[in-house]
Amino acid sequence: MLAVTDLHTYYGESHVLQGVSLDAARGAVTAVLGRNGVGKTTLCRSLVGLTPARAGRIALNGVDITRLPPYRIHRLGVSLVPQGRRIFPSLTVRENLAIAARGDLDRVFSVFPRLAERAGHRGNELSGGEQQMLAIARALVARPLLLVLDEPTEGLAPVLVAEVAAVIRRLREEGTSILLVEQNVAFAVKLADWAHVMSRGRIVHSTDPAALWNNEEVKTQLLGVPPAGAGARPRRDL
Amino acid sequence: MTYLITQTLNGLFSAALLFLIASGLTLAFGVMKIVNIAHGSFYMLGVYVASTVVLRTGSLFAGAVVAILVVAAVGFLMQRVFLRRFPADPLAQMMMTMGFALLFRDLALMIWGGDPFTLQYPGRLRESIEMGEVVFPSYRLFVIVVAALVGVGLWIVNEKTLIGARLRATVDDPEMASAIGINVARLSGVVFAVGAGLAAFGGVMGGPILGGYAGLDFDLLPLAFVVVIVGGMGSLKGALVGSIVVGMIDNFGKALVPELSYFTLFAPMMVVLALKPTGLYGRA
Ligand SMILES: Nc1ncnc2c1ncn2[C@@H]1O[C@H](COP(=O)(O)OP(=O)(O)O)[C@@H](O)[C@H]1O
Ligand SMILES: [Mg+2]
Repeated sequence: MLAVTDLHTYYGESHVLQGVSLDAARGAVTAVLGRNGVGKTTLCRSLVGLTPARAGRIALNGVDITRLPPYRIHRLGVSLVPQGRRIFPSLTVRENLAIAARGDLDRVFSVFPRLAERAGHRGNELSGGEQQMLAIARALVARPLLLVLDEPTEGLAPVLVAEVAAVIRRLREEGTSILLVEQNVAFAVKLADWAHVMSRGRIVHSTDPAALWNNEEVKTQLLGVPPAGAGARPRRDL
Repeated sequence: MTYLITQTLNGLFSAALLFLIASGLTLAFGVMKIVNIAHGSFYMLGVYVASTVVLRTGSLFAGAVVAILVVAAVGFLMQRVFLRRFPADPLAQMMMTMGFALLFRDLALMIWGGDPFTLQYPGRLRESIEMGEVVFPSYRLFVIVVAALVGVGLWIVNEKTLIGARLRATVDDPEMASAIGINVARLSGVVFAVGAGLAAFGGVMGGPILGGYAGLDFDLLPLAFVVVIVGGMGSLKGALVGSIVVGMIDNFGKALVPELSYFTLFAPMMVVLALKPTGLYGRA
């Protein structure tokens, strides 16, 4: 589905992605995990063309999309749910969806009834949870082959996190391929079929999510998860 | 009383022309963050191109159509071939539009000469309408109505259509707009072209009264900028309100205290900016 090979991305002189390689299988949830600042968002930006990579290759079903402009990558079937949601504040819910849609909105409104109720409200009138659902819905109405989610649980209350999880499960069952970028390891390992761990602009570990959950070393060193039974011990922060 | 009504109608006429100019300027800024110094030149080119067509055909309508198409094409090429090369560099863009403004000025001087002229009135609109004491040229009323219709048209496109939603999305967040499939570069070219065409249309509409002369472009530019700054950069509603405010102030100011015409124009702008730095309807 998605094949990323030795990707190098810069902001000006700052070399952020330093040779990222990873695959995401068709119909699977592939997690990319890593602490703050390791380059997860930059990877997402390069995938959808917002910050094109300077070297390396991104292939979608064998088609090279590395240097295509964002709107063409979108048309080829990659949709991004960005970190921070980035709903268009002055557009209504319906407009936020319509400008990204292929086909009508009936289906997406049946999946997200809450959005149907709020269809006439402007983006800046929504709660954080509603904005997250809208961001996901806005990505889905384009009928993507690959859905890229950048920290979809960030800042959400537990009940909403569960709702996002349910949506991701449902999409997976329907056959959508998903790249799930998260800091929330517990959340991601429950959903993912495969997990990549990122550190300082590289994928340093690729594994079965269950194995990852049991790998205390990677969890504490690379993902900042406090060690099991760590109540009494001070938390290590790199 | 009569005086008041006449001056108000004159103010609205100025507002109508200003709106035709400023709506394009503010849209281009909203979508591209371009401060277009050449926008007054589009107005000027509009009058000049129309003058050539009107001379041949005798029709102001034909003049308007050709002027809009030619100047919109000029704007489109300007954006697609030149300005888009500096997407993230407002200063470079502004200097480039400055260069274009000077280029257009010299080009107009070369092709049409520098003599002042006016376009002929269309058909029966030369006459005046008398309502009791008030005598008002029907052409000015016509221009006010046409500009109002253009305003309604722009509002409908902006608020009620998918293209308008795409436009507003791009104003909100151009990067995210591109990520959900909008070809922002092409949309920018279209917006720039429409803005240029509207300014040219303003030039033709103003033609029978204000005409054309060397220096017209840079006489209008500050007015258009005051409108856009007062109304809020990027806001169509702001352009409408700003046009009316500036049109009125400019008319009454010039009529009452002609020696202070720049003061009466810029003082309100300072006040608005001091109280609301983003302009009346601008966003932060
Ligand atoms: N627009 C930018 N310009 C310069 N540096 C940036 C920019 N965005 C992010 N960075 C830097 O790139 C690195 C990776 O950031 P990011 O991809 O956002 O990490 P993550 O999403 O994993 O938290 C960080 O060191 C960050 O400071
Ligand atoms: Mg991030």
